[in-house]
Amino acid sequence: MRKVTLEINGKKVEKEVQDNTLLSTFLRDYLNLTGTHIGCDTSQCGACVVHVNGNSLKSCTALAADIDGSKVTTIEGLATNGKMHPMQEAFKKLHGLQCGFCTPGMVMSAVDLLQKNKKPSDTEIRDWLEGNICRCTGYQNIVAAVKEAATKM
Amino acid sequence: MKDFNYHSAKDSKEASKLSSSNSAFLAGGMTTIPSMKLGLASYKDLIDIKNIKKLSGIKVSGKSVTIGATTKHVEVANSKEVKKAIPSLANLAEGIGDPQVRNRGTIGGSVANNDPSADYPSACIALNATIHTNDRKIEASKFFKGMFETALKKGELIEAIEFQIPEKSSYQKHPNPASRYAVVGVYVAKHKKDINVAVTGAKPCVYNDRDLSKALSNSFSSSSIQNMELDSSEMNSDIHASAEYRASLVVTQAKKAVDAC
Repeated sequence: MRKVTLEINGKKVEKEVQDNTLLSTFLRDYLNLTGTHIGCDTSQCGACVVHVNGNSLKSCTALAADIDGSKVTTIEGLATNGKMHPMQEAFKKLHGLQCGFCTPGMVMSAVDLLQKNKKPSDTEIRDWLEGNICRCTGYQNIVAAVKEAATKM
Repeated sequence: MKDFNYHSAKDSKEASKLSSSNSAFLAGGMTTIPSMKLGLASYKDLIDIKNIKKLSGIKVSGKSVTIGATTKHVEVANSKEVKKAIPSLANLAEGIGDPQVRNRGTIGGSVANNDPSADYPSACIALNATIHTNDRKIEASKFFKGMFETALKKGELIEAIEFQIPEKSSYQKHPNPASRYAVVGVYVAKHKKDINVAVTGAKPCVYNDRDLSKALSNSFSSSSIQNMELDSSEMNSDIHASAEYRASLVVTQAKKAVDAC
């Protein structure tokens, strides 16, 4: 066991964790932040993507212990004062989801893209979302949503 | 995942001291953590080397580019110095996995793991790299020993990888569409004295294809290797590609790489 201190969605969190606790487990089971989904649990599907120190990563493939001291943003941390983030708005408006299981990871990954590339092309969006798998939508509306969000962010 | 003790080392000396016959170094963890989760590997101690400042960073001199072991793929892909000195190396880093893997995965981890389909081992062979460890310097040609096997001894830690700047070079791969690992990847580098054609994905371990490099030494053009047929008897065969297909892909990717040089 060890104590980790993290800033999660702007709030300082201190918890005792096992050395082998994954970040995804920590967020969901210790903090009840169940918006971060566990899909494949083998770092392929991207449903568990969160931001650590401003960069997206797959939380099922990081240890809580090894990101001690970092700032983490999860899907729960995107809205401000009850108002959805422009990326969330765009996914809603353009039907960038059906079942919604992959959506938190898609949104977090896409927000990271727009932080780094303000006006991505369709190809750049598709390349970037390589690590996020959706089994419902065929991606068309997801790409459209990311483009829409790019005009609002 | 089985229980283990997590340690964060302050320097290479401490990392080496903490290591045992039942430990592993942890850098990005992009292979180590999934392997442990799947029960393919288990360790008593995981020694995190990410906080060792000396191990991260990129240095370029007139003749070489030296990249610290814990430098992430995204840092190599975006580095202006690497893009200028060896554009093909930045390009290779940009093609590894997905953005989240590139945000986390490290060059040292990739080289130490020596996955038969990993990209970086081919860069080491093509660019006459020297692997700097906490104990010695190892030439790339003597480093990669077999499938997931390297010349590293237990507790020996890669600190940096020094690549020789070539006259021209290009890395071309046929990626597995799901994982982005190379079904076959070919790194062609033309140096003043030699030409290397490093191949990953085709055999159990990265290798320098002497037949292709010999043909290219006579004439550095894709037409000089146009009709070559490689021996496929030692090549990998799986659901993604047969050995014969891989042999054909090596020539195809080598031609593309020469044309892109």
